[in-house]
Formats: sequence, C-alpha cells, structure tokens
Amino acid sequence: MTHTTFLQGFEQALRTEAGHPAMAVYRNTVMKGRIDALEANFPAVLRLVGREWFRSVAALYVAEDPPRDPRLVLYGDGFPEFLGRFEPASELPYLEGVARLDHLWVESHTAADAKALPHDALVGHAPEQLGACRLVPHPAARWLWHPQLPIGTLWSHSRASDDTADLGDIAWVGEGLLLTRPGHEVQWAGLTAGGAALLSACGEGHALGEAAAAAMGAEPECDLAAALALLLEQGAFAAA
Amino acid sequence: MKLTAGVSLKPQHFDEAERTRADGLWFEVHAENYMVAGGPRLAWLERIRSCHPVSLHGVALSLAGDAVPDAAHLQRLAALVRRIEPALVSEHLAWSRLDGTYFPDLLPFPRTTEALQRMAANIDLTQQALGRRIAIENPSHYLPLDGHAWSEVDFLNELAVRTGCGLLLDVNNVFVSAHNLGGDALAYLDAFPVKHLMEVHLAGHGVDANLPLLIDSHDAPVSAEVWRLYRHLIARTGPVPTLIERDDQVPAFDTLLAERELACVDPAEALP
Repeated sequence: MTHTTFLQGFEQALRTEAGHPAMAVYRNTVMKGRIDALEANFPAVLRLVGREWFRSVAALYVAEDPPRDPRLVLYGDGFPEFLGRFEPASELPYLEGVARLDHLWVESHTAADAKALPHDALVGHAPEQLGACRLVPHPAARWLWHPQLPIGTLWSHSRASDDTADLGDIAWVGEGLLLTRPGHEVQWAGLTAGGAALLSACGEGHALGEAAAAAMGAEPECDLAAALALLLEQGAFAAA
Repeated sequence: MKLTAGVSLKPQHFDEAERTRADGLWFEVHAENYMVAGGPRLAWLERIRSCHPVSLHGVALSLAGDAVPDAAHLQRLAALVRRIEPALVSEHLAWSRLDGTYFPDLLPFPRTTEALQRMAANIDLTQQALGRRIAIENPSHYLPLDGHAWSEVDFLNELAVRTGCGLLLDVNNVFVSAHNLGGDALAYLDAFPVKHLMEVHLAGHGVDANLPLLIDSHDAPVSAEVWRLYRHLIARTGPVPTLIERDDQVPAFDTLLAERELACVDPAEALP
C-alpha cells in the first residue's frame, strides 16, 4: 500500500462508520474541532438557538463544507448561507443575517491594521471638492443592511447577553449594522440604508458625490450629512 | 535568556501573562491562531513577545501528508516567524490535510520508508522557508496500524539526521500511546535520541467514554505517572525547555503557573 492509498483509505474511514473501533476517537476529534470552531466563531447564533441545536446543525454544515483553510479562527464563511436554506430554521428568518454579522465580526477582528480617517478630515472642504473625494473603507470596516429584519439589534443583543426574554420589545423593521476597529477592539453602530449604500459605493471606488446619489437612491429621505458624520465618527474610512 | 518551563498561552490569560515575571518563563501558542492580517490578536502576541520568549507550535502543516505543505500556509507561518521571532518552532509527526481539506487532528500513518522520504522533504521545505530549525513532535496513538517499517523513535531520529530538524518529546503522548497500543513508555524514553531534543511537552489526559483508551485531551493537570516519566527523562538529559500544555478546561493562570513550578525541578534531584 502506498502512502497516498493509506491516507485516502483513512480519510474515507473518517467519513463513515467503517474500520477499527478506535477510528471513533479520530472521528470525534475531527468533528469536535470543527464544531468548536463554529461555536467560537458564531457566538450570537449560538445564544439565539442554544448549544444543543447549534451543535447538531453545525455537524450537518461541517459534513457539507469542511474547512479548506487551516485557520479555524476563520472557518464558517459558508455557514450563514447554509443556515439561510436550512429548512428546520425557516421559522428563524433572521438567523442568516445574524450569522453574517458574526462572520463579519471575525473578518473585522482579524483584518489588517490601518489608521482610520480622522472624524474631522472633511471639515472645511467646499461642497464641490467633497463630491470629488474618494474615501476608502478601513480594512476592518464591515457592514450589512437587511431590508426587512432588525438583525443589528438581534445580533448585538445576542453578543451582549444570554437573556433573550425582552426580544418582544424589538421593532421588526429593516436594519443595518456597521462594524469598525478604529482602535484595538471591534465596535459597532446602527446603520441606515443610505449609510450602508454610501459606504458600499465608496468601497466600489466611487467618488463621494456618486456615493451620495447611491445613498439617496437607497433611502430617499436619507440625511446625508448625518450618515457621513456617523461613518467618520466610527472610523469606517482609512486614513489617506 | 535560558528557557526553563513554559505554559500554553490562552487569550483569557494575556494580561496576567504580560505582567508575570519568572526565571526562564516562556509561552507557547498554536501558530494557526495568529495567522491573520492584523488586529488585537496579533497585537496581544506581540505584547507578550516584548516581555517573554514565545514558541510557535504548528498543527496544520501536515508534514506527513502526501503533498508538499500548502504554499500560502507556509508563507503565513514564515511571516509570523519573522514578526514574532520565536524561541522555538515546532510541528508534528502527523498529517492533517488531504486534497485541500483540513482535519483538525494529528492523524497517524504507517511509518514506511516512502513516508519517511516524503516527510523529510516536507521538513526540508519548511526549514528553508522559515530559515530555521524546527522541532518535530511525537503524537498520541489510538489505532494499531499495519505496515510500520520503522519504530517511531527510529523514524524521528532518521528525520533529524536527514534534515537537521530537532525533536519535541511529548511525554504524555508517550504514556497515552504506550497504554493504548501496548508499549513500554520507559523503554521509549530510554531509546529516544535526546541529542536532537529541543523541547518537552507535558499535558493531562482523559479516559474515553466508550473504549478502553486514554485520550490526549489537554484538559487536566499532568498525571503522576507522566511526572514520574518526566523526572526519569531529565535525569538523563539535564534541563530541557518544558511546556505545560493546556487547551481545554483551562484553569486560572496561577494554577497553570503552579503546575509549571513542578517542571522547574533540578535534574540532579530528579529520580532516575
């Protein structure tokens, strides 16, 4: 038997119930390592659904999309989408968005270091100069807008506590969230549809004037000055 | 600084680790957890590194795989080594990747001459990419395999001779494997080529819920039997950088430090 033939046979035995009883030890370790990683990377989902449910759905995801990158701290980029089409979770339509925010938090937490554009960087620019400015999102800035569901509130609430009892007070309307890392730690703030569209347009390389038009398109009553001020305050742009 | 005993470093202990001073104290982390572009995780490690020696312990190079180490992964390890300037770099006598899929475990294989050549080539590649010597660790075994052409000790020695790599001897893994496969842990230690020894690992183990197997769980204090084996070893080798390895059920930092004190024994007083 060649070395490769052995490894292939062993890998097959990991996926089935075949082979020596002690194979179970390796099966358990591999499964536990992958599920533990998802548990660590999706803490808000974990709190919303409970540990037992989380680990059983994570086991299904793991079988479908095992890690292709050795860095388990980043594992699970396909998990939100999996949850979105997971039939038994259809009564929790916000789960996919909350999972996306968990994954965006991981991305923000591990993104490259860079200075944020100071919040007063645009003070004193004439309107026509402002419109031509090209602002680049900070490497650790991540954002998400959900047109129907308050995913930001659900997510931040789940990150902060185990207590889901007062979810009844939440307004079930569309919501966005902005994650930034201007200092050492990831922080977050609510984001409007206009603010999210503004930042997305900047990320696509558009000048601020075009980004403002995109913001108004997404949210006709958008307060552009307030949206921009919030982005600057949160450190959403990289220093030039 | 001469390394004495170290402990595994977990994020919840960063602040205490940064404040603690002890003769020869060092910390070991899993390299993969710090292979990120930036952010607080890397910043923490750099802060620790500014006041303590750090050891990078890799778990995913898959040196005993059937392919060369993943190029991107090796580059990230090399970048981390340049950034942290670790006192030690280590990996395992195991595989954890096949056809691009990763298995978070240290998987076994028959120690054939083909496997030896493959692994020696992978260690060469790694040492070239890092520009330094790495240490290879003996894993825990659970499964009897057919087709071994080499004993584990001879296989490790041959890797060291061929590649110039060092060895990391995990005494708990020797104990667990001897129990599970039916071997003699003392004889293993006595046959171990200690001239290549760069580091020792000590950890706790558990008992499998269903099978008569010990599990290298890293979730308990080092057992009395493993301490006895350790003292037997260092009576022969003299002081070796020794890690108290803990990855699960991680206790308070002070508890780990107290366990570490037990590894700071004078070899002259250690019972053979």
